[in-house]
Amino acid sequence: MPDLTTTYVGLKLRSPLVASSSPLCQNIGNILHMEDAGIAAVVLHSLFEEQILIESQALDRHLSAAEESYAESLSYFPDLRRYNIGPDEYVEHIRRTKQAVDIPVIGSLNGVSTGGWIRYARLIEEAGADALELNIYHLPTDPSVDGATVERQYVELVRHIKASVRIPVAVKLGPYFSSIPNMAAKLDEAGADALVLFNRFYQPDFDLESLEVVPNLVLSNSSELLTRLHWVGILYGRIRADMAITGGVHTAQDVLKCMMAGAKVAMMTSALLRQGIDYAARLEEDLIRWMEEHEYESIRQMQGSMSAQRVADPAAFQRANYMRVLSSYELRPRPGVQ
Amino acid sequence: MQRRKVTIDGNEAAAYVAHKVSEVIAIYPITPSSPMGEWSDQWSAEGRPNIWGTVPTVIEMQSEAGAAAALHGAIQAGALAATFTSAQGLLLKIPTMYKVAGELTPTVFHIAARTVATHALSIFCDHSDIMAVRQTGFAILASNSVQEVMDQALIATAASLESRIPFVHFFDGFRTTHEVNKIEQLTEDDLRAMIDDDLVRRHRQRAMTPDRPVLRGTSQNPDHFFQAREAANPYYLACPTIVQNVMDKFAALTGRHYHLFDYVGAPDAERVIVLMGSSAETAHETVEYLVERGEKVGVIKVRLFRPFSVEHFIKVLPPTVKAIAVLDRTKEPGAIGEPLYLDVITALHEGYDGRPLPRVIGGRYGLSSKEFTPAMVKAVFDELAKPNPKNHFTVGIYDDVTHTSLEWDPEFSTEDPRTIRCLFYGLGADGTVGANKNSIKIIGEETDNYAQGYFVYDSKKAGAVTVSHLRFGPKPIRSTYLISKANFIACHQFVFLERFDVLKAAVPGAVFLLNSPYPADQVWDHIPRNIQEQIIRKKLKFYVIDGYEVAKKTGMGQRINTIMQTCFFAISGVLPREEAIQKIKDAIRDTYGRRGEAVVQKNFAAVDAALDHLHEVHYPERITGPEPPPTVSPKAPEFVQKIVAPIIRGEGDLIPVSAMPPDGTFPTGTAAWEKRNIALEVPVWDEKLCIQCGKCVIVCPHATIRSKVYEKSALVNPPPTFKAVPARWKEFKDMLYTLQVAVEDCTGCALCVAACPVKDKSNVKRRAVNMAPQIPLREQERANWEYFLKLPNVDRDLLKPSVIKDTQLFQPLFEFSGACTGCGETPYVKLVTQLFGDRAIIGNATGCSSIYGGNLPTTPYTVDEEGRGPTWNNSLFEDCAEFSLGFRLAIDQHNRHARDLLAVLAPQIGEELVRELLEADQFTEAGIRAQRQRVKLLKEKLAAIDSPEARRLMLVADYLVKKSVWAFGGDGWAYDIGYGGLDHVLSTGRNINILVLDTEVYSNTGGQMSKATPRGAVAKFAAGGKPTGKKDLAMMALQYGNVYVGRVAMGYNDAHTVKTFLEAEAHDGPSIIIAYSHCIAHGYDMVYGLDQQKAAVESGHFPLFRYDPSLLAQGKNPFQLDSKAPSIPLEKYAYNETRFTMLARSDPEGARRLLEAAQRDAQLRFKLYEHMASMAMNGSQKAELAKEEKHA
Repeated sequence: MPDLTTTYVGLKLRSPLVASSSPLCQNIGNILHMEDAGIAAVVLHSLFEEQILIESQALDRHLSAAEESYAESLSYFPDLRRYNIGPDEYVEHIRRTKQAVDIPVIGSLNGVSTGGWIRYARLIEEAGADALELNIYHLPTDPSVDGATVERQYVELVRHIKASVRIPVAVKLGPYFSSIPNMAAKLDEAGADALVLFNRFYQPDFDLESLEVVPNLVLSNSSELLTRLHWVGILYGRIRADMAITGGVHTAQDVLKCMMAGAKVAMMTSALLRQGIDYAARLEEDLIRWMEEHEYESIRQMQGSMSAQRVADPAAFQRANYMRVLSSYELRPRPGVQ
Repeated sequence: MQRRKVTIDGNEAAAYVAHKVSEVIAIYPITPSSPMGEWSDQWSAEGRPNIWGTVPTVIEMQSEAGAAAALHGAIQAGALAATFTSAQGLLLKIPTMYKVAGELTPTVFHIAARTVATHALSIFCDHSDIMAVRQTGFAILASNSVQEVMDQALIATAASLESRIPFVHFFDGFRTTHEVNKIEQLTEDDLRAMIDDDLVRRHRQRAMTPDRPVLRGTSQNPDHFFQAREAANPYYLACPTIVQNVMDKFAALTGRHYHLFDYVGAPDAERVIVLMGSSAETAHETVEYLVERGEKVGVIKVRLFRPFSVEHFIKVLPPTVKAIAVLDRTKEPGAIGEPLYLDVITALHEGYDGRPLPRVIGGRYGLSSKEFTPAMVKAVFDELAKPNPKNHFTVGIYDDVTHTSLEWDPEFSTEDPRTIRCLFYGLGADGTVGANKNSIKIIGEETDNYAQGYFVYDSKKAGAVTVSHLRFGPKPIRSTYLISKANFIACHQFVFLERFDVLKAAVPGAVFLLNSPYPADQVWDHIPRNIQEQIIRKKLKFYVIDGYEVAKKTGMGQRINTIMQTCFFAISGVLPREEAIQKIKDAIRDTYGRRGEAVVQKNFAAVDAALDHLHEVHYPERITGPEPPPTVSPKAPEFVQKIVAPIIRGEGDLIPVSAMPPDGTFPTGTAAWEKRNIALEVPVWDEKLCIQCGKCVIVCPHATIRSKVYEKSALVNPPPTFKAVPARWKEFKDMLYTLQVAVEDCTGCALCVAACPVKDKSNVKRRAVNMAPQIPLREQERANWEYFLKLPNVDRDLLKPSVIKDTQLFQPLFEFSGACTGCGETPYVKLVTQLFGDRAIIGNATGCSSIYGGNLPTTPYTVDEEGRGPTWNNSLFEDCAEFSLGFRLAIDQHNRHARDLLAVLAPQIGEELVRELLEADQFTEAGIRAQRQRVKLLKEKLAAIDSPEARRLMLVADYLVKKSVWAFGGDGWAYDIGYGGLDHVLSTGRNINILVLDTEVYSNTGGQMSKATPRGAVAKFAAGGKPTGKKDLAMMALQYGNVYVGRVAMGYNDAHTVKTFLEAEAHDGPSIIIAYSHCIAHGYDMVYGLDQQKAAVESGHFPLFRYDPSLLAQGKNPFQLDSKAPSIPLEKYAYNETRFTMLARSDPEGARRLLEAAQRDAQLRFKLYEHMASMAMNGSQKAELAKEEKHA
């Protein structure tokens, strides 16, 4: 039997299959199911500081809306003593999940203010999470803020959080940087234990009939995997941090490609949402079958084997089919040249 | 054992004791008693036990009568029970009260004494409700202050248990129920010490139980009833002594000694006042002041009013007394005198034992919370000193009709100079009142000071003014009257300076804190001159702060409360600054902490930022400011100038009796004269984009955006910015169209913008109406609006009532009400007046629609250019359907009488005209207009005929023109308290239209659950989410078969709404329309009201249908389903509203279960409606299918 084990941010995992952050993880029953289906670790749904802020302010606004104005109705709602506006529910969820499963549980945090990030990161650590994934979902829209500033903010954030918690910190990034390797290197230097590539940004759509901007949620498909393979392949061996691939992982083939590019784990969301949690078990079987057929001993054996550092022609990664030269031989290395 | 000092109001004090000593609490909400039931419900929801360790059951019934009956059953079955109510609510309990007293069963009714509605409704205080039950056999105990409420709630309970006589424990509505004061809270040990468990045991042993069965409520005959009634005498004879014993026991426990009658004053007093309630505290304060100055006066505070103990009363009367004035806080027209006065005279007559009787006069005061001040007490004492004092006097008003009133000196004051007195003028929902309540708490609990807070609210639901009266000082505060001499005045809205005399109460040298958009070095010139004059004359210390700027910077929005509060503490110095700030922050965390850390932090930031922005104004000694604008236009009619304007200015107290109509009749159309200018932003018409669809006009809650189509020739000398464009109507080619906004009346809700279907193709954010700041537009739009009103209305006959854009050319005869910004009910009301207003007679149930419909000083129903318009009356809460039925009975009677007389007078009038009158088709506007013309002609002819028949016909001729009879009300009325009457009215088959404005909750009284509340919604008395589904009133009405039933939601389909209203009116029989109304009690920004209406329908929560009996005659299915199958999950509708999400937040599991059940409800209901809509009418289903197949 091929050895599927891998390590990720210092955690020993039975396979590279990890469930990434999604609403499925809000339910402990689902997480138990995932463990049974062979998932090696789970990244919980994100705790959004902004959501907490918005909900808190909306609650306050609506409860106060007409308070103390008109004598017959000095208030319109009973005073419910607790509203669970805050991270308590999430923290409690981590605690209970840790009690329920043996696989590592990684908390996911999407903050807005530095203070909020640090406060919630500590709470997640206290709750018993094995690692923390920073979900930096930030779309810069202000033309006066330059790229360097945006990058500096990310780096500072990671540094602050690393200084505040002891559990490993993974950073989930989007792909829109001028230089991904430079960004990766800076985060690596700031202490990130892993980089998770890439976040998917949900883009809104236009409804032409109502002339309104409407939310648009499209699940990923395998074609999105390529850009992730590309960058992981380029970064492999040049940064200390582990790498995880998320987005576009749907089949055993996809997982294998992730490993060969240099990722330590392959994270899935859409595949499980579409096909159900039991799909993970079938995927694992497919992995094992392929490895047996192709005579691989272990996942660790293949990790990074097709990365830029390891393939014979790095140009295949670096220029990525940008040019088409008539003779396809011109861009290939001569056999035998080291 | 140390007792806690707490700062609470009277309602909380009563509820605190009642909850701890009760097992069953059955209530129905009514102002100002509702909070007692709400506290009880909240505490039970939190699992707070009573002193026996069980959590009381709290149940909301369908009316106060139902609550009394449930309570009666509970005590008969051996439970300890209590209830809370006021005014009409107490009256509805009367039949039960006789029963409860007749059965000698202990219970306590805690009553927030409130005016019984007579010529008008009043939510405020007097003793007319108490007096209306004095004959029921209940004992009646009066509490005069918040401390007394707490103490005597317990005393009443203990005394009732021992005497077996049920008790009414009353205290003044608002003055005591809503006054915040620092008191000593009784402990559970105190309660246990006073409630004798042996008496509880005996109560239980008397219970009805099959284990020891008894029979009660027998029917008795003349030979024995009388004796049986008299058998209860010993209990009543023993009661006063029992009460005093209980009071003595209480005194030993707490040191506070009450007596059946308490005397305060000179032991050798010659002049004595007798009264009860909160005014006794004022009298107490005044007597102490006068006695200190050597006057021989005193006051008897009546505590136990029933049973009235002559012996105890005579005992407290100083033997030196020469003249007594008995003050009653009620009016009993037709009686020789008011009840307490009659009791005192009788008591003296019976008990004075041969000595010469003192002279006794009686007077009335304080009706409906009219102020009763030390100056008025002094006036009564002065009257008593006269050789012939006036009897049956009034004090507190100017009676220039029957000359009952006494004069008093407004400058006379007994306020302790060491007491600090503060007035705060705030805008409703800016948090001023909440902050002041916290300030009272801070001062009361963190210093040795005594503190008192009393809050005066507005009659409007939008842009309301609040006035907080705060006193604090080293002595206990008995001043149960408003502050008229203040050391500190804060005005939290600059615009108030123009509207009323904010500084009237300022004493020389007082501090004035103003929330000002102008900085300290610029503000002076913007201050109206009458305010400047006072600042200078009274040498006030003047501070400003731009509260809104600080609020904006710290993310507080419109909430300036904690900012202003910080300034108050800094300026007043009642606590050291740093300590005050810390206490304010502690209070913030306490109050807002459970809403999330973000809320707490932004409030902290506001507090920290406040003092940096506080500046003293070094004002010049020059009057430079503008004249304040007149309260109403000088063109306003006399009634508006004489009565409406003074009330708006806050000078209503000065209105003399002669100015008021004696029977409660008021003119309509007065709201148009009050220009409120409360909208920060108003809609602006983009006439190029506009498609003239009328949707903005139909959704406007306040009729402040209107459309007209008119001839080009009518547009003469328009104001320079007046807009007019070609009308987009086939029928009105070559005419002009204007959409005009009344910016001074608009409340800024932006529903018109939300409803506009047009988007600018180059910038989708822009619509055909867009919001813009009001102030720069005020002048020009005022002129435009006045011009617009003068333009002619297009002929109603030419309009098609089924087309929205046509209907919105009909003049609305309901405008500028005091409804909330963005109200969901008023668009339906307005629509009725557009379609049928000139012939509508409306009975309105008590509720939001009666408050915004008829809360003085302004009346929103108005008349058209011919002087016709809706006539309207709010009778009571429960009787609206029957009341409106009465209109129809009378109108039909007049009509029949007219028809009979026509037949008799036909030869003189002309057979042709008579036939036309009798056979007139009045189904269209044209038909009605033609009939009006005929009636006019008829009257001309009748004027020439000299006979009694002709004169009689003249009086009823107008009833030959069709009238539209309506009953308006909310779901509280239609689903609950008025359902019995509504059901009966529906069963009569009479031609009456019922409009149910369904907000799914008791909106007017602050969000208590009704049977219309949906499953899973949070409401008061449903804190865990309503466990049961929404009652389907429509289906219950439908089963009669001859009732027209419609369910509408304007936000889903406005054309359907209009069609339903037209069909309902056309139906010659009972019609009921249930109109989904978004409401502030749903908990979201009401600019999304229409979207939520749409979602309510689309999710299946509120499917629409019409049941039209006239289709039956045509062999068709009368049930027409008017909305599509649910297309969005219920969650997508519900979770936009705080009334659902607050449960999702506080109890996610429970919320989920209820949501799932509610989703099933919706699906099932739609299936049922679908099933009804697809019913085959002729023959069986099979035959129908066979027929269809044959045709296929």
